[in-house]
Amino acid sequence: MIPAAFDYTKAASVEDAVTALAAAGDDGKVLAGGQSLLPMLRLRLAAPAMLVDLGGLAELRGVHDDGDALRIGAMTTHDEVMRDPLVHEHAPLIAQAAETVGDRQIRHLGTFGGSLAHADPAGDLPGVALALDAVMSVVGPSGVRDVPASDFFVDYFTTALGPGDVLVSVRVPKLTGWSTHYEKFHQLAQSWSVVGVAAAVRRSNGSIAEARVALTNMGVTPVRARGVEEALTGAPATADAVADAAARALEGASPLTDGTASAEYRTQLAPVLTRRAVMAAGGV
Amino acid sequence: MTVTEQRPSGEVGRDRRRKEDARLITGRTSWTDNLSLPGMLHLAILRSPMAHARITGIDVTAARGAPGVVDVFTGPDIADLQGAMPCIWPVTEDTVLPVYPPLALDEVRHAGEPVAVVAARDRASALDALELIEVGYEPLPVVLDMEAALADGAPLVHEAAGTNRCYTWILDSAQAGTGGDVARAEAEAEVVVRRRFIQQRLIPAFMEPRSTVVDPTGDQITMWSSTQVPHVLRILLSLGTGMPEHKIRVIAPDVGGGFGGKLEVTPEEFIAFAAARRLHKPVKFTESRSEAMLSAHHGRDQVQDITVTARRDGTVTGMSAKLLANMGGYLGIIAPGIPILGAFMYGGIYKFPAYRFECTGVFTTTTKTDAYRGAGRPEATFALERIMDELAAELDMDPLELRRRNWIDSSEFPFTTAAGLTYDSGDYAAATARATELFGYDALRQEQAARRASGDPVQLGIGVSTYTEMCGLAPSRVLGQLRYAAGGWESAAVRVLPTGKVEVVTGTSPHGQGHETAWSQIVADQLGVGFDDVEVLHGDTRTSHKGLDTYGSRSLAVGGIALVNACQRVVEKALPVAAHLLEADPADLEFAEGAFRVKGAPGAATKTMADCAFAVFQSHDLPDGVESTLDADATYDPENFSYPHGTHLCAVEVDTETGMVKVRSYVAVDDVGRVINPLIVEGQVHGGVAQGIAQALFEEARYDEDGNLTTGTFVEYTIPSSADLPDIVTDRTETPAPGHPLGAKGVGEAGTIASTPAVVNAVVDALRPMGVTDVRMPCTPERVWSTIVAARAAGGEGR
Repeated sequence: MIPAAFDYTKAASVEDAVTALAAAGDDGKVLAGGQSLLPMLRLRLAAPAMLVDLGGLAELRGVHDDGDALRIGAMTTHDEVMRDPLVHEHAPLIAQAAETVGDRQIRHLGTFGGSLAHADPAGDLPGVALALDAVMSVVGPSGVRDVPASDFFVDYFTTALGPGDVLVSVRVPKLTGWSTHYEKFHQLAQSWSVVGVAAAVRRSNGSIAEARVALTNMGVTPVRARGVEEALTGAPATADAVADAAARALEGASPLTDGTASAEYRTQLAPVLTRRAVMAAGGV
Repeated sequence: MTVTEQRPSGEVGRDRRRKEDARLITGRTSWTDNLSLPGMLHLAILRSPMAHARITGIDVTAARGAPGVVDVFTGPDIADLQGAMPCIWPVTEDTVLPVYPPLALDEVRHAGEPVAVVAARDRASALDALELIEVGYEPLPVVLDMEAALADGAPLVHEAAGTNRCYTWILDSAQAGTGGDVARAEAEAEVVVRRRFIQQRLIPAFMEPRSTVVDPTGDQITMWSSTQVPHVLRILLSLGTGMPEHKIRVIAPDVGGGFGGKLEVTPEEFIAFAAARRLHKPVKFTESRSEAMLSAHHGRDQVQDITVTARRDGTVTGMSAKLLANMGGYLGIIAPGIPILGAFMYGGIYKFPAYRFECTGVFTTTTKTDAYRGAGRPEATFALERIMDELAAELDMDPLELRRRNWIDSSEFPFTTAAGLTYDSGDYAAATARATELFGYDALRQEQAARRASGDPVQLGIGVSTYTEMCGLAPSRVLGQLRYAAGGWESAAVRVLPTGKVEVVTGTSPHGQGHETAWSQIVADQLGVGFDDVEVLHGDTRTSHKGLDTYGSRSLAVGGIALVNACQRVVEKALPVAAHLLEADPADLEFAEGAFRVKGAPGAATKTMADCAFAVFQSHDLPDGVESTLDADATYDPENFSYPHGTHLCAVEVDTETGMVKVRSYVAVDDVGRVINPLIVEGQVHGGVAQGIAQALFEEARYDEDGNLTTGTFVEYTIPSSADLPDIVTDRTETPAPGHPLGAKGVGEAGTIASTPAVVNAVVDALRPMGVTDVRMPCTPERVWSTIVAARAAGGEGR
């Protein structure tokens, strides 16, 4: 269909975008890649009065080496992220998850920052950002601030971003000596996760020294599976030990029933997928 | 002048890339929505958000004043213009035929029913103005479940009808004299297996949403529409609105898919027709995808209670099917007849001596149902092939062995079934042998046993579907007996142009099938002209005034014969001309390898069709009585249906921890008679199998308890892409259709009909050791998992 009428401005700078968004208040909306926003506009499920387009801001695109971390520009597309050599070297989990987003056309338009800011519980990248302890760099009316992933995802489709805020980049600590895996469960290649599990594992002498696990779509926000991480730390790198640890995947999770799946089914999936994700990440 | 031209070497049977594809794929063609006329207004339709309600008032004042708006109207405003939607297949004498106004008058009976219309100078203004229309609704009880709808005291969809029962149609072989009595067979049976199968509701989801443009000029009206049925549409516009037929021209330009979904004559077409007459201006209506999902007719939606009776040796003694078929809130054009098309197929390829079929059509407050690829036959074949697997399990017999013991042997054709059909030909053993060989049936059975023994969390299942179907709709005499309002013949006309090029006019109406290519191949061989020298014209009632359009795998099986007959008439007309040019006696000539020559005189002079065409064009020197044209036309009405068949085998891996089903391998061996273009046939099988797998695993239209469609976008209505489908191994056996000059049987629906039971049989086979005896479609991961849980709770064996 055709969206309801709206005003549009193409930001010439981040400051420009912040000013326009602050002026629009709750009626303003950032347009990044548009892959979630435009369908909502076309179905007239959303009708913001002002769209502020970040598409012209080259400084928000690209992946940069920041010493002990990568800095991924918020407007970097999924396709760029999944092909980026720095991402492959230091954060392959992101590349793997980005490759599962939507379809080819969506990956060429949809952005890394857009997915995080949209905060769809079924989106894959929020869980990955949480597992990797990513930090969001936000520019707002009161200046620049950093928001860790653990504070960024607040509620169902809700983040710590306020009306005048723009997510400009994401700082992802490099993981050296870790191996990772994203286990996405969905029936159709182009559909969202029913449940997803992001896992990072550091092995040492046949046991698991450290692990980070986050779950997609096991609550209104991505969930860090601290119980699983605790159980894995120091555990032998065996199938049985991983299965035992994965059984704690539901701690802290509060899965919803929606049109895709029941909470009961998600409860069945989470430990199974966690086991598979950790085994794949840890080479068990 | 002597022209010798080599006849193109055998076009029929050759892989030809489709000549229409370049324009279809690039979209640089006459899709209806590409059309723009001077002064054209755009229509937008306000649709009911309620499944069932009385309309208490509609306020269009604000919408009328909105920018760009020219007119806003409701049902009562166009009551004298809009006519009523037709149903042309009342299957019984007492079929309930409710009044079906294109634009609601005072009550709505499904979510999405048109309630008001805005005409504006551009589409965006029309859509914006819809939001300014205020409609008062007084809710009425929704009717969703078919069994509840038939209960005493159930709320009624159509109060005036006094019942939600549309009809009950029965075929009993004992009463018809075509076979035995199922009750007796059951009383004497050694084994009885009963199952209830649910044919979930599906959405045809054609690629191009429906669009129509109506241009009133003087007392004539031209309608362009994205339809499968321009001829039917023209007649029904005339009968439905009272506008004389000869004043109406309907054009189906290039049409982007249909799958039966565009076989409908739609309220939107009638509304646009009325709007153009009311406003005296050209109008366009193009639906959004959301509107297509919500309001274009849906398919399937049946409850099937199946009973099969047998002896312990596997010999089936009787089959009965008792159906409830959801009609929706109103009757689609042929909706009551869809299950009846399946009624003749519950015996499939087998020699069942007794058969009974009973179907009750039921009104509910949902979108109407109607034809969807296969139309009745996929439902029948599913139930049959599923219950054959259940019977095999009950008898502890290999499902292929059970089928062998019951199928019709190739020496037994023609074979008259207990349903009263006479199958023309087939070789089920040959197709099955080829399929099992390609599939590696025995090796897969061994792997399955190993996985069962080791308790592998990923189990292997093998599914069998040995199907037949009826193509070539339809013998007019049979349609008359079934109370269908039209005939089933088809027409073709061949025009030979002065330069020897050929225009073919067909009464079929392709919407993606590749008729232009296949018809060109046929004509090339028949007339000895080049493939590229043939142009196929279709879909415009002014160039092709007679025809019955495209559905039911009929275009080649029926229209192809009309085409061959027309070509033969051209050859007959050219014969005296060629004889004259060759200075020979017509009786001494033959038309062979694309040219006329004196029989038994190899190397003698020849005359081609082009020579004859130019000679009649000049007409300087023709024998007395020879017409100045070679043009000819023909109609053809089939004596019988045609019966393609085949064997499809499917292997699935079922992850018992998650319920995920992965199709590991799929083999389709089809016998569709002689093949005109193997590449097109291959494409039809691939697409059909994909659609059948989609019903088995992925797709379902669902309503919530208030009657709202909850699968209204492609996010919720999950259509598989190539990434979700297996490689499909295809092969063919070829049993020519007797009596058909081309030997062709039809292939448009075979893949869809065959594949769904093959897949579900495989899923159930994988889980049978756990005590699973059925999985409801679609076999989504969650449904498979919960079926496993339920079977375990009920004490099934296994892990």
